Amino acid sequence: MSGDQVNVVWLGSPTFPQAAHDALQDTQLRRNLKHATTTIRDKRLRAVAELDDWETLREAGSQIKDRVMRHLDEYLLQLEASVTAAGGVVHWAEDAREANRIVSELVRAKGATEVVKIKSMATQEIGLNEALEDDGIEATETDLAELIVQLNDDRPSHILVPAIHRNRSEIRDIFQREMGKHGIAAPDDLTDEPRVLAEAARVHLREKFLRAKVAISGANFACADTGTVGVVESEGNGRMCLTLPETLITVMGIEKVLPSFSDLEVFLQLLPRSSTAERMNPYTSLWTGVTPGDGPQEFHLVLLDNGRTKTLADTAGRSALHCIRCSACLNVCPVYERTGGRSYGSVYPGPIGAVLTPQLVGVGTSEHADSLPFASTLCGACYDACPVRIDIPEMLVHLRAKVVDAHRGGVPKPEALAMKGARVVFGSPRRLAWAERLGAIGGRVAGIGGGRWLPGPARKWTGARDVPVPARESFRAWWRKAGRR
Amino acid sequence: MRVALFITCYNDALFPDTGKAVTAVLERLGHTVEFPAAQTCCGQMHHNTGYRREADSLVGAFNDAFRGYDAIVTPSGSCGGHVRHHHRTETAPNVYEFSEFLVDVLNVTDVGAYFPHRVTYHPTCHSLRMLRVGDKPLQLLRAVEGIDLVELPEAESCCGFGGTFAMKNSETSVAMLQDKMGNVRKTGAQTLCASDNSCLMHIGGGLSRVKSGVRTLHLAEILAATR
Repeated sequence: MSGDQVNVVWLGSPTFPQAAHDALQDTQLRRNLKHATTTIRDKRLRAVAELDDWETLREAGSQIKDRVMRHLDEYLLQLEASVTAAGGVVHWAEDAREANRIVSELVRAKGATEVVKIKSMATQEIGLNEALEDDGIEATETDLAELIVQLNDDRPSHILVPAIHRNRSEIRDIFQREMGKHGIAAPDDLTDEPRVLAEAARVHLREKFLRAKVAISGANFACADTGTVGVVESEGNGRMCLTLPETLITVMGIEKVLPSFSDLEVFLQLLPRSSTAERMNPYTSLWTGVTPGDGPQEFHLVLLDNGRTKTLADTAGRSALHCIRCSACLNVCPVYERTGGRSYGSVYPGPIGAVLTPQLVGVGTSEHADSLPFASTLCGACYDACPVRIDIPEMLVHLRAKVVDAHRGGVPKPEALAMKGARVVFGSPRRLAWAERLGAIGGRVAGIGGGRWLPGPARKWTGARDVPVPARESFRAWWRKAGRR
Repeated sequence: MRVALFITCYNDALFPDTGKAVTAVLERLGHTVEFPAAQTCCGQMHHNTGYRREADSLVGAFNDAFRGYDAIVTPSGSCGGHVRHHHRTETAPNVYEFSEFLVDVLNVTDVGAYFPHRVTYHPTCHSLRMLRVGDKPLQLLRAVEGIDLVELPEAESCCGFGGTFAMKNSETSVAMLQDKMGNVRKTGAQTLCASDNSCLMHIGGGLSRVKSGVRTLHLAEILAATR
């Protein structure tokens, strides 16, 4: 990982249309994604329909998050005081590099060369595993899907189901090939049965849980009033990390703070139903500082900014920070369903990634991040699915305007010229009627060849779709001729 | 009630028959409609592509063109939705998508249409999620005499049009289109109906390219058909 680069974006990521081009060729990927997203989408609808106060809960979640963003400074200071009072140590990290340095120093101070990790988006965002590796520390992901991705030296493609793009037989091959290089090898008679695969992972990880002196986690929530930090998970591997090692380091984005412990009531209902379509997640772990004789005896909380205060400054864009990482928007997104997560070139894929990533890195700073707000049809399915009512389509449009404005001035691109041209035409009904007549004639002329193939940029349309030939007579011409009023 | 037609820019130039059909249905129901000739474009394409400054400059002209009408009826859920949500003007709340106007304002579901063909209906995203028209278009279609209305599998998934998305991300757009076309063909329908010519232009362009034999028709054109 390079020094100055904010690590939200994977270095050298292509723009969305370029990346999507490759993903769309992969028919196996498309089948895997279609199957997985359709299944989880249907399950989620059923889980949500069970609650008659779902809309009220969404509204409550939205309002709590809104309050957090308006008073983030106060809640963070309160959180620091609460965690400190409970025996924890709070660190503040402005960017990825600072956060990685803090964690690495804490691990090395314990004399450890390996750590176990709980699945965490924040540590992925800052490239912590790679940074630790540079410092001679091996970090092992203990979430099953993260382990699959890590063993294959792959990138996750989904917030919640990082290996969504892999099927069972691919996973079997990865385990067989890679496990032995990092610890206990997979058995020779490994099959692609889920039970057998899970057992191989269990044996491989058990040794690491028992040996590790340091564990690293993210946080789903942190309560300002009590200093309680929480992680929800499905497998229990996180609980092993939270209880066995001597030292626990939690890296948490500053937006994850909640005003009060009682707010968990809302989010612990919203999150599991939206993410895994479960009434309740199997494991909810909450910890407050340290408890003598029970669990880790040293607890560090690293509060990560990494572009978040910059995002907060834009009142129209800040609600991207409301995200609780449930990934419901990914599962309903028709674009994500076809292209997969890696096309987004960020640890945050899908609709939320398309609005979060460009803000965290800054609009107008990279061609790749600037392409993300356009990777949507604005169909609105993400807004309906979001448990905290983030109006993603509205924010996409807002960010598109910021991208366009960032590139105003200088030599205009063909699109900008076309948009300005269209604006001139639409500026008066007379000009529009004139353009329509011209279009009708031009369209007729082109229509001689079938009207099927257009030159230049329009080929992007006619590659797979016929064009309608402009009407001989526009509606307004017909209306006028008919002498109507 | 003074009713104005808001015939969006692409309906005007590319699909004038839809505007004529809207006119025919409303007149058949005994209403007088007007077409304010000063109208051009609501600015949605500019707005949604990020050219907000250009879009904003069209809002005032739209408001001027439609001022004074009790209802402004448009055959586009997408443009109607845009005006209602993004134009902060006195006319914006009076804009109705065609099916909304018939069902909510005129309280009509049977408009006296006759269309003896197998039809399937695609609910366009902005009608569905921006205007929340629900099953109003289906209520209208069910009342059509002779129609064989068949359900479209995965009806609520986006067809992949998305305005300039269809060009900027043409490959993804086409991948979505292919799934939509597959579902349309599963129904065995001869006609695909929707309430937005923009989405229909995209789906119809694909159906035509593969010589599917399925034609696309705007809801208004089916409702305008008579014996």
